[in-house]
Amino acid sequence: MTHESGLVEDQNQILRSLRRNPIVILGLIIVGLWILLAILAPQIAPYDKLSQDVNIRLNAPDAVHGFGTDELGRDILSRVLWGAQITIPAGIVVVVVGSIFGIIVGAVAGFAGGLWDELLMRITELFMAFPTIILALAITAALGADTRNAIIALAIVWWPTYARLVRGLVLEVKSKEYVEGTRSVGATSTYVLFKTVLPNCISPAIVLASLDIGNAILTFAGLSFLGLGPEPSSPEWGRMVSTGIDYFDQWWMWLYPGMAIAILVMAFNFIGDGLRDLLDPRLRK
Amino acid sequence: MIANAIPADPVVSNLPQSALNNQEVVDAFRRKWGLDKPPVERYFTYLGNLLQGDLGTSIKNKRPVLDDIRQYMPATIELATVGIIFGMLMGVGFGVVSAIYRNRPIDYFVRGFALIGVSFPVFLLALLGLTIFYVQLRWVAGPGRLDARMTAPPVTTGLMLVDSLVAGNGNVFLNAVSHLILPGLVLGSFVSGSIARITRSSLLEVLGLDYIRTARSKGLSERRVIGRHALANALIPVVTIIGLSYSNLLTGAVLTESIFAWPGIGRYMFRASTSQDFPAIMGGSLLIAFIYIGVNFIVDVLYYFLDPRIRFG
Repeated sequence: MTHESGLVEDQNQILRSLRRNPIVILGLIIVGLWILLAILAPQIAPYDKLSQDVNIRLNAPDAVHGFGTDELGRDILSRVLWGAQITIPAGIVVVVVGSIFGIIVGAVAGFAGGLWDELLMRITELFMAFPTIILALAITAALGADTRNAIIALAIVWWPTYARLVRGLVLEVKSKEYVEGTRSVGATSTYVLFKTVLPNCISPAIVLASLDIGNAILTFAGLSFLGLGPEPSSPEWGRMVSTGIDYFDQWWMWLYPGMAIAILVMAFNFIGDGLRDLLDPRLRK
Repeated sequence: MIANAIPADPVVSNLPQSALNNQEVVDAFRRKWGLDKPPVERYFTYLGNLLQGDLGTSIKNKRPVLDDIRQYMPATIELATVGIIFGMLMGVGFGVVSAIYRNRPIDYFVRGFALIGVSFPVFLLALLGLTIFYVQLRWVAGPGRLDARMTAPPVTTGLMLVDSLVAGNGNVFLNAVSHLILPGLVLGSFVSGSIARITRSSLLEVLGLDYIRTARSKGLSERRVIGRHALANALIPVVTIIGLSYSNLLTGAVLTESIFAWPGIGRYMFRASTSQDFPAIMGGSLLIAFIYIGVNFIVDVLYYFLDPRIRFG
């Protein structure tokens, strides 16, 4: 398949320059560390995420409780570590599910064309007409507030961008000669779409997805902050910050979980920014 | 349409638990709000009312939705406008600086700063701002639009800054300004990252063109080359992203509005969507659509002034 070799070469070059970009490396290291912390949380967290002790409630950070304790005497450092187990998968699942669904919708719309295209794209636009957070709020509120529903709601508001992107790419690729060629040897439409067209327009969607994880984590934390995510006792970071607001002067209650979100999102953005610079043809010299 | 597709029952979220067990009350509730009619009929009733300027009545607070929007929208317009001004100053400023000093330490510093800025959750920025500038330094006022001891001026436009000036009340004006600074800065830094990025890449593209070399070779000062020749031609994408950010601030500032107890449309929509208050959600969604169309129109008009090819073409 000659038409793929150029693409592969291009990708190898991108991977090589990514490895040389210190910001991207830094982002990858931080994300890796967070994932490691999330996996090891049960082993390394000094206390249980839920164990309460009213005698030590609202203690400032000290040698025993490095990040202090909350209104029920729970250890905040331990809760932040446990929280990584909720927030990291939530962000990734939202983007993965949203992008796969969007890619399929966009590919079918672009490939089938005609009435299907009209129908699918009008539905896509219907979903894009609302600001992300408002639509996610309405859906979560309707489904009932918990982690799973917050993720479902976000996946529902996440897919339209991908559908639009992939539709445009499919429209471009499907008129290429090699697609015509595959058809002429008698391949079925499904085969042409999934084996010939889609592989040649998937990379931009994957780039968009990797840029998007930080954003998804921020939005998930925002939903959870507004009370439409995990239940109140959960060590989810956004939830911890919103509890912390009631104890505004006990800054450690909201600062540490808040910083956890910021550092994680920053790391994803470092990776995404490096990718974007490499792929922006206007900046490539 | 979407409001109807959501599988939730406004009856459950708007009636107290005790009333839910009473079938008569539930039926009366459904009849009152037309929930017993099929969706198609409800849709056309809604359209008919809409043509007469009636957005329906909120299930939650029993007030006409249009009155609610009139009450909450000005607060949001005021805050979003201050926010976009801050965001524009920071974004365009950072973008220009980092384009001029491309790949020099100051460029990396500014870009790193912007990248860190967009990674902070809005609520954390707000809390940090409140702790430092309100609680510790006492430079600015805290949540709300005015201090509790202040009496709000009579409503003429709903914009606190304008109303206080119309009433000739300088103290209220200054207090309102002081309340706007912090949430405005939070919203501004939220949008400044993308504005800075677009400004930088758009300016870099223009700076590589031949006519810039010509301008430099004519011996024009660097300030004049950048300001008159380069920036003017790099502005179209910048104006586009500013317009988009402004629409976002006008419609989606739920988090900022709830932390700063700002009585705006974001909080109104939050309340409406968590209580399945369909008339309020629909009214709010229509409003949002109008805002996007309106801001896009303004942006198109700005293109006309910015680009002579559009003006004379």
